[in-house]
Amino acid sequence: MDTLMLSRIQFGANISFHILFPTITIALGWVLLFFKLRFNATGDGKWMEAYQFWVKVFALSFAMGVVSGITMSFQFGTNWPGFMEAVGNIAGPLLAYEIMTAFFLEAVFLGIMLFGFSRVPGWLHTLSTFLVAFGTSMSAFWIIVLNSWMHTPQGYEMIDGVAHATSWFEIIFNPSMPYRFIHMMLASGLTVAFLVAGLSAFRWLLGDRSGGVQATLKTGVYLGALLIPVQIFMGDLHGLNTLEYQPQKVAAMEGNWDTQSNVPLLLFAIPDEEARENRMEIGIPNGASLILKHKADGVVPGLNDFVTEDGEVLHPPVAPVFWSFRIMVGTGFAMLLLSWFAAFKMMRKGRGPAALPRVALFAMVPMAFSGWVATLAGWYTTEIGRQPWLVQGVLTTEQAVADVPAPFVGITLAAYLSIYVLLLGAYIAVLFYLARKGVSGDVPRPRTPLSGQAVASNVPAE
Amino acid sequence: MEMFDDPARWLPFTFAALMGVSILVYVVLDGFDLGVGVLFPFATDDEKDTMVASIGPFWDANETWLVLAIGLLLVAFPTAHGEILTALYLPVAIMLIGLILRGVAFEFRVKAPTPHKASWNAAFLVGSLMTSLSQGFMLGKYIMGLESTLGTWAFAMITAVFLTVAYSFIGACWLILKTEGALQAKAVQWARGGIFGLALGLGAVSLATPLVSARIFDKWFAWPEMLWLAPLPILSALTVLLLWRSLSGLPNPQDKGARTPFLYSIVLFVLAFGGLAYSFYPYVVPEKITIYEAASAPESLMIILVGAVVVIPMIGGYTALAYTVFKGKAAELRYD
Repeated sequence: MDTLMLSRIQFGANISFHILFPTITIALGWVLLFFKLRFNATGDGKWMEAYQFWVKVFALSFAMGVVSGITMSFQFGTNWPGFMEAVGNIAGPLLAYEIMTAFFLEAVFLGIMLFGFSRVPGWLHTLSTFLVAFGTSMSAFWIIVLNSWMHTPQGYEMIDGVAHATSWFEIIFNPSMPYRFIHMMLASGLTVAFLVAGLSAFRWLLGDRSGGVQATLKTGVYLGALLIPVQIFMGDLHGLNTLEYQPQKVAAMEGNWDTQSNVPLLLFAIPDEEARENRMEIGIPNGASLILKHKADGVVPGLNDFVTEDGEVLHPPVAPVFWSFRIMVGTGFAMLLLSWFAAFKMMRKGRGPAALPRVALFAMVPMAFSGWVATLAGWYTTEIGRQPWLVQGVLTTEQAVADVPAPFVGITLAAYLSIYVLLLGAYIAVLFYLARKGVSGDVPRPRTPLSGQAVASNVPAE
Repeated sequence: MEMFDDPARWLPFTFAALMGVSILVYVVLDGFDLGVGVLFPFATDDEKDTMVASIGPFWDANETWLVLAIGLLLVAFPTAHGEILTALYLPVAIMLIGLILRGVAFEFRVKAPTPHKASWNAAFLVGSLMTSLSQGFMLGKYIMGLESTLGTWAFAMITAVFLTVAYSFIGACWLILKTEGALQAKAVQWARGGIFGLALGLGAVSLATPLVSARIFDKWFAWPEMLWLAPLPILSALTVLLLWRSLSGLPNPQDKGARTPFLYSIVLFVLAFGGLAYSFYPYVVPEKITIYEAASAPESLMIILVGAVVVIPMIGGYTALAYTVFKGKAAELRYD
């Protein structure tokens, strides 16, 4: 494989590994604040129990996010120097604002949030929890602004092949930003809802009936049930936005080759880019036209419009986009089914988690990671869907890649991949280990020390 | 100064200064917590817990300074960023894997099942070593103008070892400040051992830098520059002597002067960094690209600067708050 393909795989691997953890911390920060505020308001120990368990998951996820994020910041230079050379004037300030307004805030107050419970007044601890949650969300905001600008650039002019900003308002509020930001925040909320529900269901199945587990199980299920319809609605709006600004991506998502009316919604197909047609299509007649144009004979753009006369392909690879999109949507509907079923059972019987049938609890455990699957599939849809462009219409991926020998990229890729597999395994194993440990009566004690010297004493005792 | 009339002059200069400060703050702050990791094999298991506890609340924020430094290079000097990082492709990858290993080992060593703890301790050590060594290697390559020859490679191997020694030295000084009892006594021994390596490393870099580049040689050994630069090496030598003296009075029952070695080592890092910064200015890629040639458009730098002026004092403020909240000794373990 050449340097370009290897670099793309490497960046894809790094950012896929990275996004798993911010997806958890962005929303888990707010969920922790919710637990802390419930505790402040009610004084009920179950909320503190919930806080103490999930703050550990937060700390672990945060560390994974920080270290994999540092990797990202270097890879712009090591693998994609052409990106910053061409659009550095736009991307630079956005990244700088992310570091200045988000990274320091979350990193510094994380220390107080994790270890400061008994060292600072209660309000400062609650404030620290808030600032960490706020910081992770700010970070998401700035990076989504930049990512959205790469999909729908505006507010700039090109001088000698270098982009210069003309309007920061237009750059920040570029057309796809609001949709993408809300879509991602909801994705994070859902990831956390199902993770919380899944691990709590796991503890419940092992016989844990503590107040903390009941509280978190309910929180997870209701949060999921609440957010999933909003997300489906938001995803639809995002799709319409993409249709307007990146029709070639929507064409790939739908597997639609020719611009035409009455396009079916394909449930299954094997897109064949050589023959430029689909094999083994199974579809709902007029479905895509109805979703995208709200009428049965709506005209949907086709991929063949994005091939130049001399045969240059300016649309993304079809099969990965087509399939990622289906995995995302499928996972979303599985989330809807499970969370509504569970929420319905709990509400109707009024007995909380005790009303849940075992089959639902068993389903929740693997669904703990459904948010990861949907988030990754969604990002693959939108990012692969932007190819061959790195910045839509401005810079291609090929133009930006570094002139580094392919074996270097290959060796480092192998090193990153093996370490990611190892860490991901360890991360998931430790989550379930912490959950099991919570059950066996060894309810997690505060990480937070009671006196100055207890910082040390508490760390190993966990 | 006429320089300040032209935004295409003073903005790059300001950003180079900001980046320099970020690198310096990073080297001091992550330097001590990387150093603590490098010292791991010399400590007992209980002491390892105390050592990690002494850096636990700080390490996340410390590493953020690296992100800021590399971020400033990226946003303010995009062409240099690409040039430097592609030239340092492999050491950067080794550093990143090191940072990943030690960052997660922090968390895993206390959360994973107890039998796995030894493995995560090992990961913490290996990660800290990989990070320190590769940063030292990159420093050496940078001094050698990012050239790839056998000679530059050998020099970079030497700076790799010296920077690792320097980190473990400041790490030991941090432990003298944050611990007591047997561990503190050990840390004093570590610092005494490290100081020779530190002085040797400083000397080697100071000698090599002007010899590699005629331009740097002329910057240092011309009249009258020599006169007003003289305090830099003199102060450095003096600081090393003061460090030696402060270490010989430790540990003592009143814990008097336990902070002094850490403060002096910061002074030493600042002096060494000042010397390097003077040598390389105005180049950001040695002998190739100056900060003025590599800088982003003034309007983009301006919008970052506006934010930086507001935000950086706030970062300073809440960083100070965190160090105040967690001041004092991180003490011995109590299993209960």
